[in-house]
Amino acid sequence: MSVDHATVRKIASLARIAVTDDQVEAMVPELNNILGWIEQLGEVDTSAVQPMTAVIPNVLRLRDDVVTDGDVRDAVLKNAPQAEQGFFTVPKVIE
Amino acid sequence: MTNLTDLGIAAIRDGFKAGDFTARDVASAFNEAVAGAKALNAFIVETPEIALAAADQADKDRASGSLKPLSGVPIGMKDLFATKDVQTTAASHILEGFVPQYESTVSGKLWNAGAGMLGKLNLDQFAMGSSNETSFFGNVISPWRRNNGDTAALAPGGSSGGTSSAIAARLVPGATGTDTGGSIRQPAAFTGISGIKPTYGRCSRWGIVAFASSLDQAGPMARDVRDCAILLENMAGFDPKDSTSLDLPVPNWEAALSTDLKGKRVGIPKEYRVDGMPAEIDALWEQGINWLKDAGAEIVNVSLPHTQYALPAYYIIAPAEASSNLARYDGVRYGLRDLPDGANLQDMYAATRAAGFGDEVKRRILIGTYVLSAGFYDAYYTQAQKVRTLIARDFDQAWETCDLLLTPTAPSAAFGLGEKSDDPLAMYLNDVFTVPTSLAGLPAMSVPGGLDALGLPLGLQIIGKALDEQTVLNAGLAIEERAGFTARADKWW
Amino acid sequence: MSSYRIQGTTGEWEVVIGLEVHAQVTSNSKLFSGAAASFGAEPNTQVSLVDAAMPGMLPVPNAECIRQAVRTGLAIDAQINRWSRFDRKNYFYADLPQGYQISQLYHPLVGEGHLEIDADEKAGILEAKRIGVERIHVEQDAGKLMHDQHPTRSYVDLNRSGVALMEIVSRPDMTSPAEAGAYLRKLRAILRYVGSCDGNMEEGSMRADVNVSVRRAGEELGTRTETKNVNSVRFVMQAIEHEANRQVDVLEAGGKIVQETRLFNPDTGTTRSMRSKEDAHDYRYFPDPDLLPLELTEAFVEECRASLPELPDAKRARYVDVLGISAYNAAVLTAEVETARWFEALLDQGAEAKQAANWVMSELFGALNRLGKSIEDSPVSPAQAAELLTLVTDGTLSGSLAKQVFEKMLETGDSAGTIVERDGLKQTSDTGAIEAVIADVLAKNPGQLEQYRSGKEALFGFFVGQTMKAMAGKANPAVVNELLKKALG
Repeated sequence: MSVDHATVRKIASLARIAVTDDQVEAMVPELNNILGWIEQLGEVDTSAVQPMTAVIPNVLRLRDDVVTDGDVRDAVLKNAPQAEQGFFTVPKVIE
Repeated sequence: MTNLTDLGIAAIRDGFKAGDFTARDVASAFNEAVAGAKALNAFIVETPEIALAAADQADKDRASGSLKPLSGVPIGMKDLFATKDVQTTAASHILEGFVPQYESTVSGKLWNAGAGMLGKLNLDQFAMGSSNETSFFGNVISPWRRNNGDTAALAPGGSSGGTSSAIAARLVPGATGTDTGGSIRQPAAFTGISGIKPTYGRCSRWGIVAFASSLDQAGPMARDVRDCAILLENMAGFDPKDSTSLDLPVPNWEAALSTDLKGKRVGIPKEYRVDGMPAEIDALWEQGINWLKDAGAEIVNVSLPHTQYALPAYYIIAPAEASSNLARYDGVRYGLRDLPDGANLQDMYAATRAAGFGDEVKRRILIGTYVLSAGFYDAYYTQAQKVRTLIARDFDQAWETCDLLLTPTAPSAAFGLGEKSDDPLAMYLNDVFTVPTSLAGLPAMSVPGGLDALGLPLGLQIIGKALDEQTVLNAGLAIEERAGFTARADKWW
Repeated sequence: MSSYRIQGTTGEWEVVIGLEVHAQVTSNSKLFSGAAASFGAEPNTQVSLVDAAMPGMLPVPNAECIRQAVRTGLAIDAQINRWSRFDRKNYFYADLPQGYQISQLYHPLVGEGHLEIDADEKAGILEAKRIGVERIHVEQDAGKLMHDQHPTRSYVDLNRSGVALMEIVSRPDMTSPAEAGAYLRKLRAILRYVGSCDGNMEEGSMRADVNVSVRRAGEELGTRTETKNVNSVRFVMQAIEHEANRQVDVLEAGGKIVQETRLFNPDTGTTRSMRSKEDAHDYRYFPDPDLLPLELTEAFVEECRASLPELPDAKRARYVDVLGISAYNAAVLTAEVETARWFEALLDQGAEAKQAANWVMSELFGALNRLGKSIEDSPVSPAQAAELLTLVTDGTLSGSLAKQVFEKMLETGDSAGTIVERDGLKQTSDTGAIEAVIADVLAKNPGQLEQYRSGKEALFGFFVGQTMKAMAGKANPAVVNELLKKALG
C-alpha cells in the first residue's frame, strides 16, 4: 500500500493539520518510505495470535461513584486562548 | 572542598545529612552550573528560585530533624511532566506558555520527598525523536565531543536529551526521563550516564504529557546505578488516577543493591547481533558478558525471533496512539491558537496544529492517522498488536532459560547533529535495541561500559523480567563496578 | 408488521426504523472523572482537569456507571459481556475536548437483548411485538456549544463533557412512527424502573438518533439517514413521519437518498441536513490505551441481577394473575414506576388490591388530574388512602361518603378518620333510625308508593335515593335496601 497526494491531503485533513502543496509533495515519498518499511509486518503469521491488550497483567479498577473533583473553573479556564463569562469561546459554529 | 556539582544523588543526600554542606550551597552550585551552560540548551525553563526554596526548606528540616529521602537534592525535570505554575511545553510551540494548574504524580512525589527543581529540561518535541533535534526550543547539544579535534555538535540522544546532557555536564545530579521506545536508555548511552525504564505501570503516567499511552513510562537518569535506584524509589508507586498503574508496593531497591550475581543466568539474544554494528560495540558487549560472568552469573544464548519486527510494530502502535493523544491540542482550551481571518472552527484547528506541531510530530500524527483509517486498521494496527504479543512471548520464552538479558543499548555512539535528521527511517533504526523491551513493558536500563575510538561513551543494556527492577539494577551495578567508567566530557561550554 | 405505509404517487412504501437511544446514566460523578454529573450548574463548574482534557490527564472508570449499564442489559434479557473494552472514537469538535470520545465499538458491555411493545389498535399496532436491541455500550457525553450569546463566537460549556451515557441500539425492527413511540416509552419505563436513567427527555437525559429508510414492500433495505438528538417521543414520531415522506418524495422524483446526518427542527416538525458533521465519518476507532479491558466477575453480574426490581411486564402479569386486577388497570398502574410504587405502597398498608386499583384509577387519578399534580406529589399519602379504603371495607363509609371524605382529605390534608369523626360522616346502620326515615319517606310519597305497589318495581331506586338523601348519604345502603324491601312489602 502506498499513499498518493490525494491520500496525504485526506489524512492531513482528518488530522486537522493544514498542509501546503510543497509539504504534500515532500511528504508523499517520505511517508511511502516509512510505510513500505513497516509493511514487512505482513510477513508474520499471526493467524493464531491475539492482539496485545495489556503488556503487564493488570485489571481495570473501577472507582467509587463519589464527587471528588470539579468546581475548579479558574484552573480549567486559566490557559484558555479566549474565554468569556465562564465559557471557552471558538469561532461561531453553524450546525 | 569538593566541587558540589561533582557529587551524585547519594553523595549529596548523605553529605547533606552529615552536615558537610547546606542544601542552599548545593542548590546554588547547581544553579550556577545551569546558568553557565546556555550553550548546551538543556533547559527550556530554569527555576533557580524553586531550587533555592526547596533547599531552604531542607536546611530547616535538617535543623528540626525531619529529613526526607531526597532532602537537599536538587534535580532536573523533563519538560514532559506537568509542573504546577511552571510552564510545561513538551518542547512544542503548541504548548508554549502553558502553565499547568496541577502537578504530575511523579514530580509531586519527588518534591514531597524533599527534592528541589532546577528547571524544566529540553526534549524532543512530544518525546518524538532520538537526537533531541525536534524541540521547538532548539537542539540540545551533548557536552561530549569527539577526541579527534572535530568540534561538531553531537546529539545527546533523545527524547530525554536535555536530561542526559544536563547530567553528563553536571548541571544536575539526576533528573527524570520518560521512555516510550528507548528515550531514557539511548540518551543515557550517548552521554555516559545511567538510566532505567521500570516495568510499565510502576510510575504513574498522570500528568505526563502523553505520547503513546501503552508504552510511555517515566524513569530516572543519573550518573550511576545507585542514584537511579534512589530516584526510582521516589518516583514509583501505585496511583489510583492512572488506570494502568500497578497496585504494588515499591521495593527498597537501593537497600537491596548487590553485585553478587551468583545463580543468575544472563541471556544473550542472538538477534541483537545486527549487520553493520561497529566492532567496538560488539567488543563492549563481549566485555560486558565477561564482567557479568565475573560477578558470578552464568551466560546462556537465547533467541528472540521476532526482534526484527519490533521497530515496524512500534512505528505503527506509537504513532497511532500519538495521533489520538495529540488531538487535544486544538487551540480551544489551552496553548497556541492560530485563527486566520474569516476562519471557521475546523480551519482554526488545521491552522493551529500546522503552526504548533513540528515536522516530526506531524509526520507521526499522519502515519498514525493513516494506519487507523478506514480499511487499514486491521492490516496495520491489529497486525502490529498481534506482533507485539509475539514479541512479548519471545521474552517469556527467554525467561525459561535466563533471568536477565544483556545487549548493547544502541547500535552506534552519539552521532552529529544533522547527520540523521533528513532521514527519518535512519533515525528510527537507532532504537532497534530498546524498542522490543518497550513493547513488552519490561524493565531495562542502560549503564556506561566504555568509550569508542573517538572517545564517545557506549552503553550496555540490561533487560529484566517484569517487576524485577532489582536484578536489572544489580547487574547494572556489577557492570558499573567493573567498567570503572570515570570519563567525563571536558568543559567547553 | 404494522399497517403503516406511505402512499406515494407511484405506490406504497414501507418504512424501516432503528433507534439509537442515548440515556444518561444516573450517577453522582462522571464516567471517567470525579466531577459532578448533575444538570444545570454554572458553565464549566462541573469540569475536572480530566474533562477539560488537560495534557497528561487520564480516565478512571466509575463503577456505578458500569453497574447501571449491566443492570439495564439484564432488564432487557441481554447478554452481558464479561470482557469488554473501551475504544476511542476520533473526531474534532469544540464540544469534544480530548479530540476523541471514549466509547465501545468492538466489544460492547451489553450484547443482544429485546423488549416487547404492546398491541395498540388505535395506533395501528395490531399485535404485541418484540423489538430487538443489538447492544448497549457505555460512552462519554460531549460538552455543549451555545451559539446565541455572541455574533461571531460560539461558547463552550464542558459541564456535560464526560457524563456517562448508555447508547442503546435497537435493531431496525420498527415499521411505523407509532411503533417507534411505543418502543421509546417502553424503554423509558424500563430504565426508570431499573433506576439507571431518569428518562427526563426535556433535560436531555434521554435522546434518540433516529435511523429511517423506506422501501417498496418486500424489497431490500433502502439507504438510511440518521436524525440526531431528538428529545421527545412526539418529536421522534414527527421526525420519522417527515423523514419517511421526504425520502419517498426524493425517490419518486428519481433522486437518491444520501446517507447523512440530519437535524430535527421541533418548530416545523421537519429535518434538514447537518453540514458540520459531514466530513467526520472516518472515526479511526481503536482500543483506548489509557484503559485496560473491563473484566466483570460472575459475582458482579449476579449482584446486578439480584438488585433488579420487578420490571413492568412481570409486574403487570402479576397484577392480573395474582391480584386479580383487570388487564387495563394493570397496564395503567405499571406503566410508570412511580404509579406502581405508589400503588404498592397502598397495598403494603393493607388495602385490598382490586378495590385499591379501582380507587386509584378513578378517584386518585381524577383528583391529581384536576390538581395538575403527579403521583409523587399527591397530597394524599398511600397510608392515608389505605385508611380511607379500610373505612369503606369495614362499612364505616359508603362509596359516596368516601368520595366526600377524600375531597376533604385533599383540601385539608387531614386523615380520613379525623374527617369522619369531626364532620360526622360516619355511615349509620341503626335500623331504628333508618326505619323512621323510611316511614317518613313513604308517607310523603303516597303516589309513588301506590304505583310501586301496583307493580312498578323500578321505583324501588327512587325510595332508596329519597331515604339516602334524607339521611345525608350516611345510611348504610345495604341496610336501607333491606329495610325498604320490608317496608314496601
